[in-house]
Amino acid sequence: MAGLITLNPLNQRRWESFCHNRRAFWSLWIFLFLFLLTLIAEVVANDKPLLVKYDNQFYFPFLYNYPETTFGGDFELETDYRQEYARELIEPHGWMFWPPIRYSYDTINYKRVAPAPPSGENWLGTDDQGRDVLARVIYGFRISVLFGLTLTLFSSLIGVTAGAFQGYYGGKIDLFGQRFIDIWSGLPVLYLLIILSSFVEPGFWWLLGIMMLFSWMALVDVVRAEFLRGRNLEYVRAARALGMNNSRVMFRHILPNAMVATLTFMPFILTGAITTLTSLDFLGFGLPAGSPSLGELIAQGKANLHAPWLGITAFVTLSVMLTLLVFIGEGARDAMDPRK
Amino acid sequence: MTTASEPLLQIRDLNIEFFNGDTCETAVEHAFLDLYPGETLALVGESGSGKSVTAQSILQLLPRAHSRCSGSIQFAGENLLDIDTGTLRRIRGDRISMIFQEPMTSLNPLHSVQKQIGEVLALHRGLSGSAAEQRIIELLQLVGIQDASKRLNAFPHELSGGQRQRVMIAMALANEPEILIADEPTTALDVTVQRQILALLHELQQKLGMSILLISHDLNLVRHNAHRVAVMQQGKIVETDTTDNIFSSPKHPYTRMLINAEPSGFPVAPSDSSETLLQGENLRIWFPIKRGVLQRTVDHVKAVNDISFSLQQGETLGIVGESGSGKSTLGLALLRLQSSKGAIYFHDQPLHQLSQKALRPFRREMQIVFQDPFGSLSPRMTIADIIGEGLEVHGMQDEQQREQLIIKALEEVGLEPETRHRYPHEFSGGQRQRIAIARVMVLKPKLVILDEPTSALDRTVQSQIIDLLRNLQAHHNLSYIFISHDLAVVRAMSHRIMVMRNGTVVEEGSREQIFENPRHEYTQALLEAAF
Repeated sequence: MAGLITLNPLNQRRWESFCHNRRAFWSLWIFLFLFLLTLIAEVVANDKPLLVKYDNQFYFPFLYNYPETTFGGDFELETDYRQEYARELIEPHGWMFWPPIRYSYDTINYKRVAPAPPSGENWLGTDDQGRDVLARVIYGFRISVLFGLTLTLFSSLIGVTAGAFQGYYGGKIDLFGQRFIDIWSGLPVLYLLIILSSFVEPGFWWLLGIMMLFSWMALVDVVRAEFLRGRNLEYVRAARALGMNNSRVMFRHILPNAMVATLTFMPFILTGAITTLTSLDFLGFGLPAGSPSLGELIAQGKANLHAPWLGITAFVTLSVMLTLLVFIGEGARDAMDPRK
Repeated sequence: MTTASEPLLQIRDLNIEFFNGDTCETAVEHAFLDLYPGETLALVGESGSGKSVTAQSILQLLPRAHSRCSGSIQFAGENLLDIDTGTLRRIRGDRISMIFQEPMTSLNPLHSVQKQIGEVLALHRGLSGSAAEQRIIELLQLVGIQDASKRLNAFPHELSGGQRQRVMIAMALANEPEILIADEPTTALDVTVQRQILALLHELQQKLGMSILLISHDLNLVRHNAHRVAVMQQGKIVETDTTDNIFSSPKHPYTRMLINAEPSGFPVAPSDSSETLLQGENLRIWFPIKRGVLQRTVDHVKAVNDISFSLQQGETLGIVGESGSGKSTLGLALLRLQSSKGAIYFHDQPLHQLSQKALRPFRREMQIVFQDPFGSLSPRMTIADIIGEGLEVHGMQDEQQREQLIIKALEEVGLEPETRHRYPHEFSGGQRQRIAIARVMVLKPKLVILDEPTSALDRTVQSQIIDLLRNLQAHHNLSYIFISHDLAVVRAMSHRIMVMRNGTVVEEGSREQIFENPRHEYTQALLEAAF
């Protein structure tokens, strides 16, 4: 993959072609901005201050736990900075620097009746448990994208490897591999997930593992086809005649061809993964209760039709995220198109 | 020939430009051509000289969105560049027809022979039903297809290359055109078939009195088949004259260069103390034909059948044959890139018993150069990577040392060492073939299999590559197995020659024996067709 980093002329041309597609180009930047912003969600939305100055000493509450006694309180418990009590302790001796949104995804705003409509206090309102919707959206966006990216990465790795072996060696390996995939892809994934998640407490990694069992098949066919074609190309033959071993031939000479098809598919696998996670969360079989998730927000929107800000927020967030990803995917696909 | 009469087709000051975005490329510049009734005018030139583009512009077949033609092409009192598409369509296939180079792809694979030819008749003559059928059979008989009435429902894949080209000609002749444009009509065909097709065209010209514009890069073919010749170089017509004059007293230096480009010279004599390098015994490559539900093997395609030979150090063994004779398959089998039965000894070491892994150390000493210089270099690697990869695989990890060897190899094949940082697509066909040779030579092999290394190149480049190969052989005492269908090239390269047909060797002997005193009739037919 060194070629992608140093950008050989071919990839340079692809990058130019991608930039030429203004919609994809801007989608990529907007998405990257949103993603980076949510990656540092703890700094953007948190119920602890970023920086506290107390008695000429600096504290970083969003990174470390400080008991109340640090600031002259009574108990060895972690300081609850949102309480009047904490403010009364700290402010006479220093100051607190807060993130722009003073709620984390699980902070409950007891002062307002849940679900509360948008206001200066909760910009997008609160959900039916009194938690700030904007904070939950930010954290939910992050977890969705990270989940999607991880799933895409691993399932691509498995899919490309499986496809590469089937296509390169052909014969029985190919035959049995293909029939296995035929059967495996016939299994009803969603029901299996639901059944499996009743056996185990499905955390982030559990869900990832279960979904990976099925999502790797998306790439096998394309990669396999590329390898079937590629193994008879003359430069691949030449490489074998030079005495290269199979793995080197596969990964150095044929894989770059297959990468085009793979990279073209990846953004769409990513959107698929995000949608699946969201629908599982919506049904209540996804991430553990309390986790910030967009699916759960949709479920809340459905349960609280009198609080339209829940449903609307979930809808806008998801559609913006998926639209951006589809635009990026389209741009990538067109840039990779050899006919252009 | 009726040079005195009015020309049928007049091309005056034709310019053709291709543009892609902002870049604009001139393909043809100030071309003047006259085609007289009943004559064959040959348009010759190397690849990229603009000869096919000129031919396609006559029928306005170039992509309109990306090309611009100026000047005039006068036919029957009209300028073909100006007339509307409706009139043009009436001329295409009726008064001016065209035969293309690739008989494999220029017929629609989903249409039967009857439908393909019938379409032309229906379009221009309004013939259908039994009248059309009658005419189609007549045409097929005219182009020499046997059992024409039984062939009506045949699909292109059921026909051989030569037969397909005949069907193409039948389509082109269906409406008895005044002009037939034949764009490299025989390039994709074997020499013996080539000869038949050209004889057929000649005979049809006599019978129907049409003019032929023959586009070709093959001067030998032009010499025997054309009345007049126009030579094109980089989009310009540099010389037009009668065939006799062109070949006896060429005026333009480029024409002279083309004529002298015929491969010549002798292979380097091998040193006397030669020992046997490679030996094959009863080599056999049979592909099973499987039928039925249980996929039982009912028969075999015998690609290579019981071939034995030996090759001395420093010697070149030429393997000649037409397509499908099994010569390339044999070459691949010798390197164990294709599974085969029989014994292969390299330096008395039995290669056929070794596993692919145990074979790897030997790969360094036996190498192969492929036909297609565009396909045999990975487009994603720099030249240095391509050449250096073999060294890396065979255990040379030191980068400085590798770089030195790469530079030396590039110099040896006559390329600037600076080119090593560039990518294959920046090079011409001949240069790419040099790179492919450098990739092989850097490993210091003892045996190189050359699988049609010159067939994809122009004649002038061919002779350069042949000179290079001969020099390298003399320098390093290399053994070559030279696989080719081109007898002129084989003659310039080989000490001994094997003639293959349908997987078997029909004749084997020294260069002199084969070329001066061929015994087998197939060899005789090949020689006759080629020279």
